[in-house]
Amino acid sequence: MTPVILSTDALLFLLLAGVAAFVWHARRHEHLRRPWRHVARSNIGMATAVILLAYVSLGVLDSMHFESRGGMASDDIISLFDVVASDLRERQEKTYSAPFSAWLYTKETLELPDGRVARGYPRLKWGGASLDDPLAERAADIARRALLGLLQALALSAVVYLPLAWSRGRRQRVAVPAMLRGFFIERRGETAWPAFNITLVALLLCGFVMASLAGEYHLFGTDKVGEDVFYQALKSIRTGLLIGTLTTLVMLPAALFLGILAGYFRGWVDDLVQYLYTTLSSIPGVLLIAAAILMLQVYMSEHAEEFNSLVQRADLRLLFLCVILGITSWTTLCRLLRGETLKLRELEYVQAAQAFGVRGLTIISRHILPNTMHIVLISIVLDFSGLVLAEAVLAYVNIGVDPTMNSWGNMINSARLELAREPIVWWSLAAAFVFMFVLVLAANLFADVVRDAFDPRLGRGRG
Amino acid sequence: MMAYIIRRVLYAIPILIGVNIITFVLFFVVNSPDDMARLHLGVKRVTPEAIQSWKREHGYDKPLLYNAGRSGVAFLTDTIFFQNSVKLFSGDFGLSDSGRDIGYDISQRMWPSLAIAVPTLLVGLAINITLSLMLALFRATYLDFWGVVTAVVMMSISSLFYIIGGQFLLGKLLHLVPISGYDTGWSALKFLVLPVIIGVIGGIGSGVRWYRTLFLEEIGKDYVRTARAKGLGELRVMFGHVLRNALIPILTGVVVVLPLLFMGSLLIESFFGIPGLGSYTIDAINRQDFAIVRSMVFLGSVLYILGLILTDISYTLVDPRVRLS
Repeated sequence: MTPVILSTDALLFLLLAGVAAFVWHARRHEHLRRPWRHVARSNIGMATAVILLAYVSLGVLDSMHFESRGGMASDDIISLFDVVASDLRERQEKTYSAPFSAWLYTKETLELPDGRVARGYPRLKWGGASLDDPLAERAADIARRALLGLLQALALSAVVYLPLAWSRGRRQRVAVPAMLRGFFIERRGETAWPAFNITLVALLLCGFVMASLAGEYHLFGTDKVGEDVFYQALKSIRTGLLIGTLTTLVMLPAALFLGILAGYFRGWVDDLVQYLYTTLSSIPGVLLIAAAILMLQVYMSEHAEEFNSLVQRADLRLLFLCVILGITSWTTLCRLLRGETLKLRELEYVQAAQAFGVRGLTIISRHILPNTMHIVLISIVLDFSGLVLAEAVLAYVNIGVDPTMNSWGNMINSARLELAREPIVWWSLAAAFVFMFVLVLAANLFADVVRDAFDPRLGRGRG
Repeated sequence: MMAYIIRRVLYAIPILIGVNIITFVLFFVVNSPDDMARLHLGVKRVTPEAIQSWKREHGYDKPLLYNAGRSGVAFLTDTIFFQNSVKLFSGDFGLSDSGRDIGYDISQRMWPSLAIAVPTLLVGLAINITLSLMLALFRATYLDFWGVVTAVVMMSISSLFYIIGGQFLLGKLLHLVPISGYDTGWSALKFLVLPVIIGVIGGIGSGVRWYRTLFLEEIGKDYVRTARAKGLGELRVMFGHVLRNALIPILTGVVVVLPLLFMGSLLIESFFGIPGLGSYTIDAINRQDFAIVRSMVFLGSVLYILGLILTDISYTLVDPRVRLS
């Protein structure tokens, strides 16, 4: 059980630490808290924040890697999430099986109990294995398990919310039912707690029902080699999140540094930076990514001995993809930052600082950098959903993440052949669609709220 | 005006040189000509002589960036980089690694790309403007609200799903159009319907939302209030004033992508088996044909810069307030 920190894990933890530091810092500064209060006032903002948090926690859980048996083999690097979902991971069937099915999807030669041989669909090793006669019992069993999950979720919500309502209610001298009403239906005060709580409970219901069903069935069927598709879709969350966040993060220092430098010092520095980003942005992004990934493949195949583990190899490719995607997308941010700095440097307080003889770098770090942060934040949030979608497209062109890595793009890519089968195999595609759609939709809606809250041009104080 | 255009064109030259250097470094420094020769010759036939002759055939038998054996100008000119770049700048794309003339391939494959990209752009533009104008007309009503919600939902669906879903629904279930393929002349039409429909639908979400904000921005301006104050009806205001002014950013946004239409859409073309430039590029990527990918990078950059220049010019044509200097 030795922990293993892959390079993308390290960056993700760095990012989380940065976010935590920012939250700690922002709590004490009114001007930083105000836009976030605007986000908290919005129903959509709070509801989507819950969904995004759920995705992020799954992704973080999946980023805590360790070696399971201290061996050198590559497959021994597993994550905390793999341990939690070890049932899903280990229940391998032979090949395709439909969602909730108890039989394989392909006919095989079976030996019947009385010794005869016939063609038929064999029972699955795991899916619905506890049932004696799946044909008759399956529907009732599914309903029973779903109900059980529902009750568990409701019980958990009651355990969380009733004591909360009771203790809060006693302090504020409000009865428990009225307090619960305030939690879920009427908002009291500014923050949109009802939207938050309703989404949380709904998410708990979904999660518990799915977990309860996944204990016995393959919720989204199995893929060609019999791996549970639900497990694959959950594992893909980490890939999607990393591409969406690390891409902007890895190039952020360069964009900040060059953009502000160009805007502040103007002259030849400005010309140079402008030349740099015009050149980079005039190369078609897909082609640049393709070229870079091709290079990496060639490099890896020639230096195969340096990458002894499949997981590390896939991880390096993911990181490289983030860097390359970052290179193709940082130019927009750099241009925005340059424009903002050009505007800021003419403001009175910057002029005053210059008149006092404050050094350039001090002015930049004190007066200019903090005032460009809203642009950085807006662009990180706005880019996120586009990057998650881009991952799928790149996987289709074979220049995405490593084929051995779980990602929605790889799932969709393999689903193309499955759709051409007769009868068709649709569940891989459906699972990738559902998980990706929920994340991207939540991210899009959240990004709109954040932009409304931070963009000074849109005017605050609404809603 | 003329002086401005000439200056912009001249300014494009250092950018193109930069693009060339970047792609060159990407392709050749990590992956030396020796490696490329080994890759193309296969494992069996690799001998030092075979590598040398392959490099000579493809013009890779010179030093990469500088030639230490020569002095003066030839120090820089007698290299792979210089020779290839000069050819690219003169419009000669050379031979692909499998021995075909890239320039000829591009001129052949350009037309299918255009046959899909141009209708997609025009139909998409018409539909997006109509829908967003409708939302702006009914702003702050339920129609507007649900319209925006639908747009965000449509934006959140990956374009892959539109393609797969469209192919499945129209092609496989309803048998209305062929699933993929291409033909010459007018019979190509039936192959074009589905890609164009999918291209348009895929762009509706983001397009409608963006155009709606443009319209709403215009509606908040003073001249609209003046128009209302002098008693114009809502429709007259929308079509006579708001639409015409909002068309400026819309059209200039379109001009940027005009030259890139040649490049085709990577995804749609390869999904539908259309022999355009997009699928050409994807095939080259999958076959690791560096000569083609380099040519397409160069072509793409040239077209992008052309698009920027065209945008500036179109600003002056559409908006009399803008003067180039």
